[in-house]
Amino acid sequence: MKAIYILCARQLKRYVRSPARIIGSLGQPILFLVALGFGFGSMFAKAGGGSYLNFLAPGIIAMAILFNAVFSGIEIIWDRQFGFLKETLVAPVSRLEIVFGRTLGGAIVAMAQGTVVLLICMIAGFRIQSALLLPAAAVFMFLIALFFTSIGTVFGSVLQDMQGFPLIMNFLVMPLFFFSSALFPVQSLPKFMQAAIKLNPLTYGVDGLRGSLGHAFAFSLVTDFVVLSILTAILLAIGSYCFSKIQL
Amino acid sequence: MIEPQHTAYPVSPLFCGAASLEHGEKRRMGEMIVVQDLVKNYGDFCAVNHIGFTVPEGEIFGFLGPNGAGKTTTIKMLTTVLDPTGGSIRVNGHDPTREQKQVRRSFGIVFQDPSLDDELTAFENMDLHGILYGVPRAERLKRIDMLVEFVGLSDRKKNFVKEYSGGMKRRLEVARALLHKPRILFLDEPTIGLDPQTRNHIWSYIQQLSKEENVTVFFTTHYMEEADRVAANVAVIDHGKIVAQSTPSDLKTKTGSATLEDAFIALTGHAIREEEANATDRMRMMGRAWRGGGRR
Repeated sequence: MKAIYILCARQLKRYVRSPARIIGSLGQPILFLVALGFGFGSMFAKAGGGSYLNFLAPGIIAMAILFNAVFSGIEIIWDRQFGFLKETLVAPVSRLEIVFGRTLGGAIVAMAQGTVVLLICMIAGFRIQSALLLPAAAVFMFLIALFFTSIGTVFGSVLQDMQGFPLIMNFLVMPLFFFSSALFPVQSLPKFMQAAIKLNPLTYGVDGLRGSLGHAFAFSLVTDFVVLSILTAILLAIGSYCFSKIQL
Repeated sequence: MIEPQHTAYPVSPLFCGAASLEHGEKRRMGEMIVVQDLVKNYGDFCAVNHIGFTVPEGEIFGFLGPNGAGKTTTIKMLTTVLDPTGGSIRVNGHDPTREQKQVRRSFGIVFQDPSLDDELTAFENMDLHGILYGVPRAERLKRIDMLVEFVGLSDRKKNFVKEYSGGMKRRLEVARALLHKPRILFLDEPTIGLDPQTRNHIWSYIQQLSKEENVTVFFTTHYMEEADRVAANVAVIDHGKIVAQSTPSDLKTKTGSATLEDAFIALTGHAIREEEANATDRMRMMGRAWRGGGRR
């Protein structure tokens, strides 16, 4: 347990000590929030969708978590290259403890980043409709973070260097973001888009977050929670397995 | 997590020789590392080709060989991070492929490449190591102070490792490897990039450890005069095979050489070895370009 704690704490220390990373990774969500939120706002309202900002903000929060989480997971590659990974792998603790500590730390970092974006969204005009479900919102943020940190862990364990990083970003992370319910409502989309979006785990995370922040669920709180929890557990297992197979 | 049993300090403040003797009965007295018929293949490339050697407890053993000979691959297998293709290994009486925790608890290692977290302070790196190895807090703090003092980094303890020079990082790694009182010390080119003062300082301490605390030391180096001076026995590995194994003076006599370096050349030839840059090296280059600055 101590090993999990200390490796998790390490991730957090690294996070708070690198303001450049904190601020840097806020750039993209803010860009999306401002450009899309204000750009499409009036169109969305005219089409009868209500406040686009209120619709979009949970998607942007999820986006911030998604990117930070994948990055946190992939940091294994950096640790492998710059040597620290070895130090943990020869220590008398199980690989499972190491990977849990790392994943938990990465997920908390991603969630913290999501919280910062939530505050920025509120400054921009996003309104939480009811505080009742805020704990549920936190749970969804955490699940999204855990899920995508685990995906990052899978790639971080399998890949030897950062060459594959753009590939992951452009062919996995970006599509996951765009083909989710983060940017637009699912209901009136073409059938194939709907199908793709319903297969995307992020959709359930965004929907759960949106619903718990007081806006309409497309599915339901229970559906979102169950689907995302199961998928997160599976990914956590796959990530741990891949990590346990690392050889130096 | 199981806490390793730490006994109270008997004699030496720096080291406790009885730390992991609870596992002692499983190995034959006196044999700390036993390697038999060890093989490691990568595809059709044979990195380690049926090697065998024994290192008695308390001995300083030099593992010598040109670049790419299989030294680091062997150390990786001894230290549980790489599975052998064939053969058997016993480290402190345990099998690194099956009894990983027991093996890991018995050794400390200084890797060939850096293995510190640059974004943490020296103290935090040490502390993290102590926690991973289950060293109780009071003892951990005491030993960190002692070891950091020993490698001459006391006043820089609170500094980030990224502010350290290559030599300072190396010293810190040596201190860290000793924190949990290992029975065996693996040193993969520990003195590379260090000035003669620091090298002498570190070696004399390691010799003292081996003599007073019966710590077994398994090291690789390219500095032959170093091996000649500190190693009781050396093995020379080339192309994955052990080509000679004896005391340094026997090796010189057998090859009719004046120095161990001449003996080494006599055994392994003059050809300069190519070592392919692996992913790690390429990445380091990128990292260096990216940060614009000096790593070891």
